[in-house]
Amino acid sequence: MDWNHTLSRQIAQLPRSGIREFFDLVIGSKGIISLGVGEPDFVTPWHVREAAIYSLEKGHTTYTSNYGLESLRRAISQYVQDFFHVEYDPTCEILPTVGVSQAIDLALRCLLNPGDEVLYHEPGYVSYAPTVSMTYAHATPIQTSIDDLFALSPQKLEEAISPATKVLMLNFPTNPTGSIAPLGTLKKIADICRKHDIFVLTDEIYSELRYDGETHTSIASLPGMKERTLLLHGFSKAFAMTGMRLGYACGPRELIDLMVKIHSYTMICPSITSQEAGIEALKNGKPAMEEMRDSYHRRRDYIVKRFNEMGMDCHMPGGAFYTFPSVKRFGLSSRDFALRLLKEQKVAAVPGTAFGSCGEGYLRCCYATGFNLLEQACDKMAHFCESLQSQQTCV
Amino acid sequence: MIQEALLKLLEEDARLSDRQIAARLGTSEEEVASSRAELEQQGRIVGYQTIVNDDSIGVAAFIEVRCTPEQEGGFNRLAERIARFDEVRSCFLMSGGYDLLVMVEAKDLMGVAKFVTDKLSSMGGVLSTSTHFRLKTYKLNGLMFDVPSSSERISVAP
Repeated sequence: MDWNHTLSRQIAQLPRSGIREFFDLVIGSKGIISLGVGEPDFVTPWHVREAAIYSLEKGHTTYTSNYGLESLRRAISQYVQDFFHVEYDPTCEILPTVGVSQAIDLALRCLLNPGDEVLYHEPGYVSYAPTVSMTYAHATPIQTSIDDLFALSPQKLEEAISPATKVLMLNFPTNPTGSIAPLGTLKKIADICRKHDIFVLTDEIYSELRYDGETHTSIASLPGMKERTLLLHGFSKAFAMTGMRLGYACGPRELIDLMVKIHSYTMICPSITSQEAGIEALKNGKPAMEEMRDSYHRRRDYIVKRFNEMGMDCHMPGGAFYTFPSVKRFGLSSRDFALRLLKEQKVAAVPGTAFGSCGEGYLRCCYATGFNLLEQACDKMAHFCESLQSQQTCV
Repeated sequence: MIQEALLKLLEEDARLSDRQIAARLGTSEEEVASSRAELEQQGRIVGYQTIVNDDSIGVAAFIEVRCTPEQEGGFNRLAERIARFDEVRSCFLMSGGYDLLVMVEAKDLMGVAKFVTDKLSSMGGVLSTSTHFRLKTYKLNGLMFDVPSSSERISVAP
C-alpha cells in the first residue's frame, strides 16, 4: 500500500500534539506525581452516577433525537439562563454534543470555507488550530503574555484581523494559563467583533471555576453578541464528568441547524445514559460543584505561593485548575525543564510550548490533584529549583 | 474564622500538622494552633482517632434500649452510666421506637451477650433491649470500606 497516496495529506501534515509527545514519555515511567492532567481529580458526584445507573436500569439504551433529549435541552436552557444570563430556545438553539470538542468540530465545519481565517489566543488549548486546519481554513494565533495576564489584548486582536478573518475563538478561563478576560477587555473584544462582522466561538468550559471573586460574564451576554456567538459549555470540568463525554452548544438557530446536519450523519447523539446523568447534574449538582470549586481554590492559593517561594514566578490565575509558572530564570527551555523535572524528581508538568510557541519559558501545572500529592510535588520541585540555582551559581 | 475549614481538613485527615494546615488554608501556623486549641476547649474537637477496619476481628453489636426517663434529667443520667462502660463505643439518644442506640464491641459473641445480660438489661430504668450484630461495614465516618481505588486516570491529558 502506498500510504503517501492513500492517506489524507491534510491530516498527515497536522502537527503532533506536544501533549501527546510528553504523554508518551510519562507513560513509560513509574512512581510519577502528575501535574499534567487536564481533568478534575474528583469522581463524578454519586447522585449523578446513580442517575446514570438508574437510566440503564430503566432500559434507556436507545438513540435519542439528533437534538438530544428535550428534557436535557430544557435543563440546559434554564441553567444557561441562570448562570450566563443569556436565553436560548431549547427547541432550536441548543445542541447537546459529545463534549465541547465535538461541538467545536461541528461549528468550525459549519462556519468555514477553505481559505477562511480563524483567530485564537495563544497559549491556548491544543485542539483549536488543528480542528481549524481540518476544515481547510487557516488558524492564526494571537500571542498573549504575562503583561496582560494572558488575556487577549483588544489592540492585538484588531491588528491581527485580515480580510479573510471570519471567526474568533475564545477560551476564558483559559487552558493552560487559568487566565480570565476582565469585563472591560471582553466589551472591547465584542465591539471589535461587531465592527468587523466576526463570529465568536467561545469555549467557556471552565466558567464555574472562578476564584477571583468576580461573576463570570460570557461574551454572548453582551449587547448585540448573542446573534454572532456560539457559546460552548459542558459537564466535564464543573461536574467532574469528563468520561461521560457530554457538552453543548448554544447559538443562532441557523448555525445549530447546520451543525445538526453533520451531527445526524456522524454522531447521531451523545449516549442517552450521559444525557440523563447531565439532567441530574444540572438540577441537583450545584452543592457538589461548589465544594469541588472551593477545594480547587484552596489548592490554587497553595501552589501559587509555593511556586513563587521556589523562584518560579507565577501569576495568580483567576480560574480553571491550571497554573502557568515561569521557568525562565533557570536558563532552561520549557521542554528541557519539564524533561529534567520528570527524570530527576518524577514530577510531570507539561511544557508551555505544547500550547503554542509563546508558551516558551513556562510550564502548565494542573492542581486538580490530591493535596498530599500536591505537597509532595511542590517539595520535589523546590528541591529541583534549588539544585538548578546552585548549578547556575557554580557556573 | 478558619475553624470550619480546619475541622473539614481534620475530619478528612487528623494526622495533618498545624504547618500543613496553615499552608493549605493560607494562614499562619500560630492561627491554626490557637483555633485548634479553641475547638478542643469548646468540645467540638473531642479527640483524634484512627478509623480501623476491624470487621474480621471481634464482634460489634447495635443495641436498641428502651428505658424509663427520670423526673429530673430525662434519659441523661442513665445514658451516661451506660456510655461509661468500656465495651460501649457509641451511645445516642434517639427518636422513634426506642430511646438509646448503643454500639458495643467485644472480643466475641459471648462478650456482647455477657455485657447485655449482666450489665445493660439488669440496670435500673432499662425496660428492654434488642441486639443487632454487625455483619459487614460498608462505610464508616464518611469513608467507604473495601472499595478498589480507580487507578486508570492518565498521567498527562490536554
